[in-house]
Amino acid sequence: MEIIKTENPAQNEPPKAPSAKSFLKNHMREYGMLLALVAIMIMFQVLTDGTLMRPANLTNLFLQNSYIIIMAIGMLLVIVAGHIDLSVGSVVGFIGALAAVMSVNYDLPTLVVVPACLLMGLTIGAAQGYWVAYWKIPSFIVTLAGMLIFRGLTLALLEGQSVGPFPKSFQLLSTGFVPDVFGVGRPNMTAMVLGVLAAVSIVFLAARQRAQALRYGIQDEPFSFFIIKNTMVAIALIYISYLLATYRGLPNVLITMAVLVAVYTFITNSTMLGRRVYAVGGNEKAAKLSGINTERLTFFTFANMGMLAALAGMIFAARLNTATPKAGFAFELDVIAAVFIGGASMTGGVGKVIGAVVGALIMGVMNNGMSILGIGIDWQQVIKGAVLLAAVIFDVYNKRKAR
Amino acid sequence: MQNVILEMREITKEFPGVKALDRVNLKVKSGEIHALVGENGAGKSTLMKVLSGVYPHGSYTGAILFEGETVEFNTIRDSEEKGIIIIHQELALVPLLSIAENLFLGNENVEGGRINWPHTYARTQELLAKVGLKESPTTKVGSLGVGKQQLIEIAKALAKKVKLLILDEPTASLQENDSAKLLDLLLEFKAQGISSILITHKLNEISRVADSITVIRDGASVSTLDCQANSISEADIIRDMVGRDMANRYPSRDASIGQQLLSVSKWNVWHPVDSDRQVIEDIHFDVSAGEVVGIAGLMGSGRTELAMSIFGKSYGKNIQGEVKMRGLPVDVSSVPKAIKSGLAYVTEDRKELGLVLDESIKINTTMAALGRVSKHGVINKSEEHQVAEGYRKALRVRTPSVLQTVGNLSGGNQQKVVLSKWLYSQPDVLILDEPTRGIDVGAKFEIYSIINELAMDGKGVLMISSEMPELLGMCDRIYVMNEGRFEGVLNKDEASQEKIMSMIVKA
Repeated sequence: MEIIKTENPAQNEPPKAPSAKSFLKNHMREYGMLLALVAIMIMFQVLTDGTLMRPANLTNLFLQNSYIIIMAIGMLLVIVAGHIDLSVGSVVGFIGALAAVMSVNYDLPTLVVVPACLLMGLTIGAAQGYWVAYWKIPSFIVTLAGMLIFRGLTLALLEGQSVGPFPKSFQLLSTGFVPDVFGVGRPNMTAMVLGVLAAVSIVFLAARQRAQALRYGIQDEPFSFFIIKNTMVAIALIYISYLLATYRGLPNVLITMAVLVAVYTFITNSTMLGRRVYAVGGNEKAAKLSGINTERLTFFTFANMGMLAALAGMIFAARLNTATPKAGFAFELDVIAAVFIGGASMTGGVGKVIGAVVGALIMGVMNNGMSILGIGIDWQQVIKGAVLLAAVIFDVYNKRKAR
Repeated sequence: MQNVILEMREITKEFPGVKALDRVNLKVKSGEIHALVGENGAGKSTLMKVLSGVYPHGSYTGAILFEGETVEFNTIRDSEEKGIIIIHQELALVPLLSIAENLFLGNENVEGGRINWPHTYARTQELLAKVGLKESPTTKVGSLGVGKQQLIEIAKALAKKVKLLILDEPTASLQENDSAKLLDLLLEFKAQGISSILITHKLNEISRVADSITVIRDGASVSTLDCQANSISEADIIRDMVGRDMANRYPSRDASIGQQLLSVSKWNVWHPVDSDRQVIEDIHFDVSAGEVVGIAGLMGSGRTELAMSIFGKSYGKNIQGEVKMRGLPVDVSSVPKAIKSGLAYVTEDRKELGLVLDESIKINTTMAALGRVSKHGVINKSEEHQVAEGYRKALRVRTPSVLQTVGNLSGGNQQKVVLSKWLYSQPDVLILDEPTRGIDVGAKFEIYSIINELAMDGKGVLMISSEMPELLGMCDRIYVMNEGRFEGVLNKDEASQEKIMSMIVKA
């Protein structure tokens, strides 16, 4: 701008507002996943005669899937950067074991155990990221090695036994609920207030963003879509908090998760760090020649993944109230599946935090619903595999049609 | 003897927006070595791709006659069946397989589903003897030098009963004695009745082996010279290669040259893998404010390697030399440091190295200087949008919005986005590597205008190009590069295509 002053007004025609149909076509993937989640929930709600959305089951659903969702956030960044982390399941087991040994065998206070375990997770992630980022060893191999190493170390640390139970303070990580500060009893008012607050702030942020976009004439979402989408999201949030409020209120884990989702959405959407991770995944050479430190970013995504896996490991151990050598077994597959169902691309550069969360919820609701229906673990696997494949085929099909 | 083996009549091939070939004629007599010459981008490779079936019948107009009958090739396999074999500049060998495995790749000696290895090895030895290579059939191809690999490619062609052999710049990456060996081999094939088409830039090779020469320029065949009937001088060939009307293709600029900005001295670079090979040898140059400086040279002369080794040491090993900005030494050892020193490098390959194709114009525009629209690491999105929009308008990127994915833009528009990216990083000196490659004439003019405006704004521009007229039309000074060295520098008023070409070919 400071250089070229020539202006050619003929070429600056304002963008024309696209029709609702073309908008829907362009955003098929985003809405598709959300609609699939709603459809799956309705389906299981009917099939299970309403058990799915019963407050106790809903609470359980969140507790059961919290660690997958937390890891899916970290995995999203790894996959967007163009890599994969197969070691997270083993890291979950290892950190759970470490926490158990520290709290139970050595009686260390929870306030020491939690930071120490997070630090350990960060170190594990950093160690793997180092080889991937600076030595260019394929992440598949490095983390496959990590998967074996940390599974082995879990067994060694626990000496093949289960260790537990955890002290009360540690259990709160998973089984705790936000206390009812209003003292009304049921429904839990804190849960209701937080739910409404969350709904209001989401709608507020969306409205602000839309206003800003309109100012620059870059809004292509029809107003009716905007209203419908946000009304639905707000109603869903308030309804779910109401359901949870009639049981025991909001689980601590749900708050942790919500905060993580908010923070990482912000990082990926609005910070230099997030933007650069997408650039590295999208075209590493171009990113490098644009002055981006691609190695450091790759390193960061793995270190971050290690830390989130550690958090997930502690939550999982706290939920079972014991650390077992098998803990976290095959979790990496659920996590990776969640990210791909959520629309991330295998080649990197594409994917959203909220997509990964929706992907994890789809997997979670299916697990939960099929268990209630009494479908055996055998067919559950088959169905989950089919859903993963279908989601990715849907993606590829859409892309091909666009070309 | 003198009947025609191949005739290509009125071949026209169009790509979206570009006419790559315009009624080209080529006639190759049987048993001759026919040289095909022309500048980079003149259409030689396109013509050979039409001939070999890479561009299938129907995607071009015109007729191909081989041994007197009209042929229609839809795949490379079709043309190979007739005995037309092309050896590309980039060798198509599998380095981890043996010579024998490579020679019969896709053409294996099979008996009842099993490969007959004794027969394969025997045939390999025969073929190797024909090309004069003393190697074991089990040697891995990757362990051989480029010259020997080139011979393996030729042996591979012989394995397929070749009648017409096409070599696309076979000696471009060869040492002198390897080149000589290869040319001798062509003469030997000629004695055996195999015709060849030799694409080359080296005029001394042409005068040594060629029987006739076809010159292609701007997608049209200009002349066919018969070397046996007349004596052809190198000057004749050069004139036909470059002579063209240059009027009004380049916007004019009043040069006002200021202080010296970039100066590079004693610059030496070695190959990143083959660390004995020196890619850049003792190069000195400088660029001043308001000046457009060109680097002329053929592909493979080391121009891109020079630029990338300066820009954050992105290419090469054991880099030595000094880079100064405004007379003060600067550290360019990493890309961020080079950017901070005031350099920008617009890559030759915008799709591979310049853009994130899945992202929008906006995101690509701010990629190299994201800090300028951010505070404490948080991007100010409305400011970012305004910046991108500003460049879109200023550089006349033809798209309604900066949210457009760059992968869907035309080549010219993509190049403007890359330029936006680097302009926003506020450099003092821009290195433009083939800034107009693969874009149409209209967009070229716009890019030239942008370059002129940059220079008039006091920036220094270093422009690398294979298109000599472009350099002559745009540059105040032109360095001529060949095989990693600068052969000389020409001022605007003394430079001509003939002078540049003869500096290159006679070096």
